[in-house]
Amino acid sequence: MPDTALDEPVRRFLEILGPGSVITDPVRLRTYECDGLTHHRTSPGVVVLPETAEQVAAIVRVCARHGVPFVARGAGTGLSGGALPRTDGVLVVTSRMRRILSIDLPNRLAVVEPGVTNLAITEAVREQGYYYAPDPSSQQVCSIGGNVAENSGGAHCLKYGFTVNHVLALEIVTPDGDLVELSHTDPGYDLLGAFVGSEGTLGITTKVTVRLTRAPQAVTTLLAAFDDVESGGRAVSAIIGGGILPAAIEMMDALAIEAAEAAVACSYPEGAGAVLIVELDGPSPEVAHQFAEVRRICEENGAFELRVAADPAERAAVWKGRKSAFAAVGRISPAYIVQDGVVPRTALPEVLADIERISGEHGIRVANVFHAGDGNLHPLVLFDDDEPGAAERAELVSGRILDLCVEHGGSITGEHGVGIDKSRYMTKMFSEDDLATMQLVRCAFDPEGLSNPGKVFPTPRLCGEAPGVRRGAHPLVESGQAEQF
Amino acid sequence: MDPELIGDCVHCGFCLPTCPTYVLWGEEMDSPRGRIHLMGQHVGGTPLTPEMAGHFDACLGCMACVTACPSGVRYDRLIEQTRAEVERAHRRPLQERALRALVFRLFPYPRRLRAMRLPLRLTEGARRRLAPRLERISPSLAAMAELAPPVPARVRLPRRVRAVGRRRATVGMLTGCVQGAFFPQVNAATARVLAMEGCEVVIPPAQGCCGALSLHSGLPEQAVRLAERTLATFERAGVDTVVVNAAGCGSTMKEYGDLLGEDRAQNIRVVDLSEYLAEIGPVATRHPLPVTVAYHDACHLAHAQGIRAQPRALLSAVPGLRLVEIAESSICCGSAGTYNLLQPEAARDLGDRKAERVLATGADLLVSANPGCTLQIGSAVRRRGAGPIPVAHVAQVLDASLRGLDRAW
Ligand SMILES: Cc1cc2nc3c(=O)[nH]c(=O)nc-3n(C[C@H](O)[C@H](O)[C@H](O)COP(=O)(O)OP(=O)(O)OC[C@H]3O[C@@H](n4cnc5c(N)ncnc54)[C@H](O)[C@@H]3O)c2cc1C
Ligand code: SF4
Ligand code: SF4
Repeated sequence: MPDTALDEPVRRFLEILGPGSVITDPVRLRTYECDGLTHHRTSPGVVVLPETAEQVAAIVRVCARHGVPFVARGAGTGLSGGALPRTDGVLVVTSRMRRILSIDLPNRLAVVEPGVTNLAITEAVREQGYYYAPDPSSQQVCSIGGNVAENSGGAHCLKYGFTVNHVLALEIVTPDGDLVELSHTDPGYDLLGAFVGSEGTLGITTKVTVRLTRAPQAVTTLLAAFDDVESGGRAVSAIIGGGILPAAIEMMDALAIEAAEAAVACSYPEGAGAVLIVELDGPSPEVAHQFAEVRRICEENGAFELRVAADPAERAAVWKGRKSAFAAVGRISPAYIVQDGVVPRTALPEVLADIERISGEHGIRVANVFHAGDGNLHPLVLFDDDEPGAAERAELVSGRILDLCVEHGGSITGEHGVGIDKSRYMTKMFSEDDLATMQLVRCAFDPEGLSNPGKVFPTPRLCGEAPGVRRGAHPLVESGQAEQF
Repeated sequence: MDPELIGDCVHCGFCLPTCPTYVLWGEEMDSPRGRIHLMGQHVGGTPLTPEMAGHFDACLGCMACVTACPSGVRYDRLIEQTRAEVERAHRRPLQERALRALVFRLFPYPRRLRAMRLPLRLTEGARRRLAPRLERISPSLAAMAELAPPVPARVRLPRRVRAVGRRRATVGMLTGCVQGAFFPQVNAATARVLAMEGCEVVIPPAQGCCGALSLHSGLPEQAVRLAERTLATFERAGVDTVVVNAAGCGSTMKEYGDLLGEDRAQNIRVVDLSEYLAEIGPVATRHPLPVTVAYHDACHLAHAQGIRAQPRALLSAVPGLRLVEIAESSICCGSAGTYNLLQPEAARDLGDRKAERVLATGADLLVSANPGCTLQIGSAVRRRGAGPIPVAHVAQVLDASLRGLDRAW
């Protein structure tokens, strides 16, 4: 039922935006109840669809005045429930802020609104020989604002780095409604760095200045088929150990290949227990040399078939299977969880064997897709949601995989973020003190705790446990160990 | 609405950027993912509200989302079931009902359509003077008048066209309602091209509508009746392959199996013209046509039938012809069957968007394989005051090349 605390804010939103951009109809609101992670669902109190940064600022000011929590949402493809709305709050959706504001090729940058899709940036400059480097598999749909919030990565981040390495400046609306510029050239603390990856908890991005990258002179893509994941893993270690830095090294296991075949008929080599996609780019002679090396290493490690994509169309065909893999497992399983964790590359074979063991123990199939080059695993935990208890078992397996990552000195997320889904795992990676310190950063931006509350941190501790309510000083502040702004 | 089909959607959002209404309005309820969510709400017990019905009505049925979906969600089936449910459970306002009734009593019947041509045949001047008035009375009527092309003289097609040279096959040809009424010259060109490529073409007279418009508008009973009649017509004509030159008709006829049962539909194989020509390969000589062509992917060809390469290959094979691509080629032009009559504002916005991109190619000629698209884009170009850009069907370009004409559009 509509929260009466929202009545006045809704009236103000209608003044700011007009009726076509404020959604209050319950049936419509429910279509915003989840992002790409569908097992957490909450209908928002109200949805607003601003078109300008000034409108976003005005909306946030209304929220701040009335102590109403707000959540930003881009395309809603997040996989950790980061954009999960609140019934007592406002969902600020950027899907109408999708203009490319300027492109400056001499300085290799573009300024875009937050709702512009990742791929749209590349498409705008492709003909001129440039592209936007971070390439999440969801690139045709996810928004750049969401990418900034999640510090998203993609296959090519092994060589080119994550979103944080490609954002030069941001315009943000702070949780009290001020429009502020953060730039990599600002002296002092790296606030831009702090904001990237903050999952909507420090404010709303309204403008992004991204770095454009020159398209490489030569690109070669190789598809290598192995009998099993272990030999593929050994090849990965040998390639990186040999001092080669490919643009991407991706691996898929048999189950993931089966799904991709079913979805996009990618025609990977038959009978492969694992395939490795290795992409090399750079100056032509260098690529040619590295290619010979990679080929030798793959063969030495038991690759039984090697294919080389000769042109962009063939390259796209090789990538198609990989890029559609997540959504494609929908073809072989009624439901699934996309997990995201990191392990040191050298621990890959051991961790994969452990995952297989856990999967067997619980009778839950796990398909593996991963950015092998940097140890970022994406196990896809498959289950049938109609089968009683299966969802719980899948959840258990999924959690055990994260434990494995932490045990091996890795991380509970590589690129999908913590959101609502993994906030409870934060205590496995961080001590109480670590978390309290992070909270201090949060409070510096958002003392009232209105910006995407309840995400990332297991329990809100500082500056108000419930949104809108200011509490006494934190023990760290009281004892003089920390300061609150 | 089948809950299993709804459950196939994993909420990944990959379909969002290809959905024309999402491109226009940027809101979840008017995206495929949002519409499937609404269907799920209804199946889960939420009554069909006017808001819900509005979002289903706004769907163009362009099937771009089916192409984009990696999980294989059958949105085509879902929306068909949903439209039928909307017709059953939702009471539309009076004016809307009257308009829908008019459209559905008119369009699927070629004779009635032909009778309409006369009043719609307005001169440019009259059109311009009338437009604001009609717009006030009903945007839909305005759209109808604006779309109507100048009507060419009636072309009477023979019942049988003999193959030129050695006969390679015998095929039936669908004349279609809109195609037959407004573009008889396209049917004539289709028959000639098939004949010149060695096919004997059987054209049963008195063909009715294939059922596409009814099926896509939530009127399955009318669709079944029309489909049954169409099949019977071609069976009586003694052919086992029917060549279709209108994308919307082809995609529906290929689904007769779902509509009437596989057994009933198995005697007749339905193929699109360019699909068929690519399959049998060329025998006739192509004469040069020095022209730059922008090829428009009709949704019911590209998305519903997966036919993108064949028409491009046929066009590129004409000596001297330069083929250029239209940006955002996978986004619907807004025609979508009767959509431009029932949702004129959205259709207009999409038409404008398409016209802008078509004009940006600088092509001399716009080619598409669906009469609705041709009408829609033609009128959008006129509206921009930039046109008129000549439009033609793939069949007409091939016809011109095979016959060694300078042009035939
Ligand atoms: C099939 C599939 C494949 C994927 N592949 C990858 C991959 O390869 N790599 C990868 O890193 N991710 C991947 N993702 C995850 C997801 O696409 C990314 O996290 C993406 O960055 C989310 O963008 P979005 O626009 O959908 O954001 P949303 O899901 O709408 O939001 C994500 C988070 O960002 C916040 N947010 C959104 N916009 C703003 C803004 N303007 N200001 C402040 N905060 C904001 C939200 O509050 C939320 O916390 C994949 C997802 C899917 C469904
Ligand atoms: S059929 Fe077209 S308009 Fe309808 S939801 Fe799919 S993409 Fe959108
Ligand atoms: S692409 Fe398919 S699975 Fe993904 S949201 Fe759209 S319909 Fe659902």
